[in-house]
Amino acid sequence: MTTADSAASQPAAAPLSARGVSVYFPVGSQVVARVQGEERRLRAVDGVDLEIGRGEALALVGESGSGKSTLALALCGLQPVNSGEIKLNGKAVGARRSQADRRRVQMVFQDPYSSLNPRLTVGGVLRELLRVHHVVPRGDVAAESKRLLTLVGLPEEAVGAYPRQFSGGQRQRIAIARALSLRPEVLIADEPVSALDVSVQATILNLLASLRAELGLSLLLISHNLAVVRHLCDRVAVMYLGRIVEVAPTEQLFSDPRHPYTRALLAAIPRLAVGAPDAGAPAISGDPPSPLRIPAGCRFRTRCPIAQQRCEEEDPELTGAAEAPGHLAACHFAFAPAGTGLARAWEQA
Amino acid sequence: MTAPEESQPAAPRQARAGGGPAGTVLEVRDLHVRIASRQGTVRAVDGVSFDVSPGEALGLVGESGSGKSMTLRAVLGVLPPEARVTSGEILLDGVNLVAQTQNELNRIRGTKMSMIFQEPMSALNPVMRVGWQIAEGPQVNLGFSRAKAAERALELMRRVGIPDPERRFRAYPHEFSGGMRQRVMIAIALSCDPEVILCDEPTTALDVTIQDQILRLLARLCRESGVSLVFVTHDLPVVAQICQRVSVMYGGQLVESGAVSDVLLDPRHPYTLGLVRSAPDFDYVRESLIPIPGAPPSLITPPPGCRFHPRCEFAEEDCRVSETPLRLLPGGRATACLHYERVLDAVAADRAQS
Repeated sequence: MTTADSAASQPAAAPLSARGVSVYFPVGSQVVARVQGEERRLRAVDGVDLEIGRGEALALVGESGSGKSTLALALCGLQPVNSGEIKLNGKAVGARRSQADRRRVQMVFQDPYSSLNPRLTVGGVLRELLRVHHVVPRGDVAAESKRLLTLVGLPEEAVGAYPRQFSGGQRQRIAIARALSLRPEVLIADEPVSALDVSVQATILNLLASLRAELGLSLLLISHNLAVVRHLCDRVAVMYLGRIVEVAPTEQLFSDPRHPYTRALLAAIPRLAVGAPDAGAPAISGDPPSPLRIPAGCRFRTRCPIAQQRCEEEDPELTGAAEAPGHLAACHFAFAPAGTGLARAWEQA
Repeated sequence: MTAPEESQPAAPRQARAGGGPAGTVLEVRDLHVRIASRQGTVRAVDGVSFDVSPGEALGLVGESGSGKSMTLRAVLGVLPPEARVTSGEILLDGVNLVAQTQNELNRIRGTKMSMIFQEPMSALNPVMRVGWQIAEGPQVNLGFSRAKAAERALELMRRVGIPDPERRFRAYPHEFSGGMRQRVMIAIALSCDPEVILCDEPTTALDVTIQDQILRLLARLCRESGVSLVFVTHDLPVVAQICQRVSVMYGGQLVESGAVSDVLLDPRHPYTLGLVRSAPDFDYVRESLIPIPGAPPSLITPPPGCRFHPRCEFAEEDCRVSETPLRLLPGGRATACLHYERVLDAVAADRAQS
């Protein structure tokens, strides 16, 4: 893991930060909604604060439907936000980003079979981007395309080939080369290996790690695989129903999780070294509620083993404690002092 | 590290690993499946043998194209039209399924053997109430009356943990979450009290917390009702959670089998070692992952000798020429590697590092 160099050289403004970002999707008839005075919108992302440091690898984990991918699209500028602010290098960007701003954040998608244009050669994909964004002088475009392919570990001859001629792992390399062609500061990878075979996953994960070290990229890795996250990332943000419920440096989050959801998530990971599950109850029961009906108060309380009266009434803020710098959790009891009644509730749970 | 074990005289490929209880429910002997394609004949499954004892969960792991799903489909008798079992036996309670007619197979499939698929939404009937989908099996196969079958469906829904079964009985699959749909699939699989349930990546499409729930449910059912599982997956930690024994497939053949903790933590075949090394492990963070070089072999013209030799770091001259049948090792294990002692050294070196 390369944690040390990221924090040291961090300048004042983060390359990418979000404050109070929300993305809502209208659902059903908005006229009826207004007449009946109800809320017919899906709160996919519901007030997210997040900051990615320069050269940092930040992981975003959570179950499907937690809003991870919608947040990624919003950060990338592909999805307009309903409220909140996204800043690039400390400068707020609006709904329509300038060409220069669009280059700063690039994305690698999950499925390399559908994210590449089947009618364009690999070289065609790269040339188009390099020309439109004037990344290099016109005469150098061909050479730059080849350089990019070498960078991601593909032969230079790949320029003339079509995506269908490549395997899944190679296509994902092409997708990474495409993202890197604009020389972004932040690379967002949305489940980059979950469509690939195990033995191929390793090559892509190693590639992402080495690119980050070589190019000083900031990386936002979206994944549901906590083992992958532990390998690649310095910091982890856990998302639940559109909001970040805990964020901490990787090892701290995994060794000392403070939010009950994070604890459940960690307990649910199948592990190689641990045998068959004991007869006990699952780490967490039930399904996550629909984002159309987010519970009032704490949104996790319907599945929380230690939920109290207070959780129904108050929505907990993402806060930290002095003894654990950089560790934030959105639970009333996350940093409750030892020996209080609630700390005991933990022990029992 | 233990010294390399004395390997017993080479046994034929049907070498049986693991000394489970004498009674076996399902026994697959030297199974071959060929698929006709325009490029040539694909040797999808090439001499696979395994057996399953009552109440046991056997894992079948490998990458895509290793033949694990084809093996499962052959056992259930639902191969795609261009695929055929060319030789071998599939014995369920001593009855060879390969020799059965469609009608006889249908009867066996309903009552003795069932399957859970990866994608519950596409395996369930979208326009039929889930309760009746669960009740269908007992009605058709066991001759239950409508009322009695409905009662059985309700009981099954309770058993697999579907809350409020009386109301959910009348719901359609689209009204269920992914985890609940998979519970419905499990209820359907259990509906006629089968002896074996074949599971094809049943938790791959689910979230990790839901996967945990489903795995625990399956483990509990195995324990309570003595049903056996054949569990196909590419996810090694999942195998560690649910199975007692595991067989690793590569290029249509078995390359290693044995008790789960032995095989996954102390492999005896370079491919198993490669799988373990390339998958990020939550409890053991490596400096960098070690991918398996190269690509899986073509099953139309598989490499001669050991099918893994072109990608193997330990390969010798004899690996290129001689066939590599599964050989029995002490401790109820088996490996197809001619030079498995070298894997031992690599495992020991890995362990010293961690």
